[in-house]
Amino acid sequence: MGSYLIRRILLMLLTLFGVSVLIFTLLRLVPGNIADILFDAAGMIDPVEKQKIIRELGLDQPLVVQYMQWISGLLRGDLGFSYISEKPTIDEIAPRIPITASLAAMALTLSVITGVPLGVISAVRQNTKLDYALRVFSLSGLSLPSFWLGLLILMGFVHWFGTIPIYDRNNTPLEQLAFMLVPAMAVGYRASALIMRLTRSSMLEVLRQDYIRTARSKGVSDTGVNYDHALRNAVVPVITIIGIEAAFLIGGLIVTETVFNIPGVARFLVEAIRMRDYPIVQNLVMFIAFSVVTINLLVDLAYSLIDPRIRITD
Amino acid sequence: MDQQVNTQDVLKVNGLTTYFFTRRGVVKAVDDVSFTVRAGETLAIVGESGCGKSITALSLMRLIPSPPGRTIAGTVMLDGTDLLQLSEPKMRQMRGNKISMIFQEPMTALNPLLTIGRQVAETLILHQNMSRQAAQARAVEMLKFVKIPEAEQRAREYPHQLSGGMRQRAMIAMALACNPRVLICDEPTTALDVTIQAQILELIVELQRNFGTAVILITHDLGVVAETAHRVIVMYAGRKVEEASAEELFHRPLHPYMNGLLGSIPRVGLTKRATASEHVALQEIPGIVPALNDLPIGCAFAPRCPNAGDKCRAAIPPFEEKLPGHFAACWHSDVGAKVPT
Repeated sequence: MGSYLIRRILLMLLTLFGVSVLIFTLLRLVPGNIADILFDAAGMIDPVEKQKIIRELGLDQPLVVQYMQWISGLLRGDLGFSYISEKPTIDEIAPRIPITASLAAMALTLSVITGVPLGVISAVRQNTKLDYALRVFSLSGLSLPSFWLGLLILMGFVHWFGTIPIYDRNNTPLEQLAFMLVPAMAVGYRASALIMRLTRSSMLEVLRQDYIRTARSKGVSDTGVNYDHALRNAVVPVITIIGIEAAFLIGGLIVTETVFNIPGVARFLVEAIRMRDYPIVQNLVMFIAFSVVTINLLVDLAYSLIDPRIRITD
Repeated sequence: MDQQVNTQDVLKVNGLTTYFFTRRGVVKAVDDVSFTVRAGETLAIVGESGCGKSITALSLMRLIPSPPGRTIAGTVMLDGTDLLQLSEPKMRQMRGNKISMIFQEPMTALNPLLTIGRQVAETLILHQNMSRQAAQARAVEMLKFVKIPEAEQRAREYPHQLSGGMRQRAMIAMALACNPRVLICDEPTTALDVTIQAQILELIVELQRNFGTAVILITHDLGVVAETAHRVIVMYAGRKVEEASAEELFHRPLHPYMNGLLGSIPRVGLTKRATASEHVALQEIPGIVPALNDLPIGCAFAPRCPNAGDKCRAAIPPFEEKLPGHFAACWHSDVGAKVPT
């Protein structure tokens, strides 16, 4: 177990190194830097002034030097300053993380607590009207882009209540939670649909197994067979999807945070990219990548808890 | 086979008929099958793959996958209660409690994610109103009973940590935990090594002797039948074609199908007369089992039968007592009766 974890953590570091090179390179491949953007916006054309800014931010240095400066800072815990606000990057990112994290956690929780039971019901009632209805519901979830769904929900709010919910930092945590329920549903629908489809097919596969017949021959009730014997076996592939969806969620969150005007990291990331705010983008991407690889490690560890045949050996 | 057989009928099956209603027609998997099993008795049901013997067993348990399968006629009287008439919750109380079953594949018949102990205990919790702890303790006792060494340790292990023979023992412990009246063994030794096969059969016989359980043994292995069964039913294409005591059947098979089955067993060293110069060629039964959704009008075995005549192809022969206690369904059972060497 110990050396497995060490191996996995080394692999994580390697992945994060790859991500850092990738995001650094991609950002420099995008035409224009912060100076270009600011000068275009202001309509100023004084090249001396522009060169001064570029020099101050160190953007005239060779790329390798820039990269080394960033990484060595990151390793020391110094994330640098935002180009735009000139505040420390950490102060810009940190307060936004809980908002996005709670939204993501809520979306994922909602998608699991709806997707798994509905998938089981769909499988147990295979080829009934209920199954067809649930399959249409899940297919819709996969087909509807979350921004469009978000807009529909907002239009619904306007239509029925005459107003739309606004995120307010001064609300009580409970009010914030209630506010986030709707965007969480909008962004979690896709994951829920995916989890449901996978649970359904995995359940159908498991319900054909010999040990299910054995359980029935022991006098286990349908509920016991479905949830105690079958679901436990069917859920292993579903957990993989939950891990992958956690990463996908970020994409959905960017749009949802924009539509619902939520000041989370996802929307902030897009703004930072638009402004070529390198320190913000690079460090935020690293944080997201770190979260994703950590979640995947946890998922792999979860397998061995559920399935005794998957024992982690050194 | 020397143990005492009680005269009390435990299970009386009458006219059991299970069809599968598929797109390609009605598959008559079990057609009008009747038999009786007494306490402490072993009844073997033999026949080729697809002759309906497993479906017969699943019909008794009411575990036929439905749709497409349905038991459309017959009675299954267990101690005077017709299982086919019970409501599903009432039937659940019977399964694993009064009538249990062990399956062919010990590799796949146990839930891979639950410990052996928990799977044995589950039956006890369901039917004996035991607490989880008491059931666990009893499960360990049952594992000891089926001669699993280090039962306490094994109870905490998962199926993949046990050998095939051990798993089958665990299955038997599970099936016998509530001391059922009837134990159905569906090819219990087919998937096991020969040495393990003998141990498992011995175990079943021994437990049967202790508990007085009525055993229905489903197999295609006539060696197993000869070793363990008191009485034998031979099935062909969903119907019963012969029934007799094991001894009688092996000495005087009346149905040509049973004759063919016996002829297809390698007899190396069994007959003293077969010397090296005198090779006994293995017989085979020509042709194949007919499709159960397209049975011939007359006797289902007629297309493969060496004795078949016009009458055989025209009408299904009645199932009659040809000799005392020896039943067969054959128009020519007197012709088919050959005493094997």
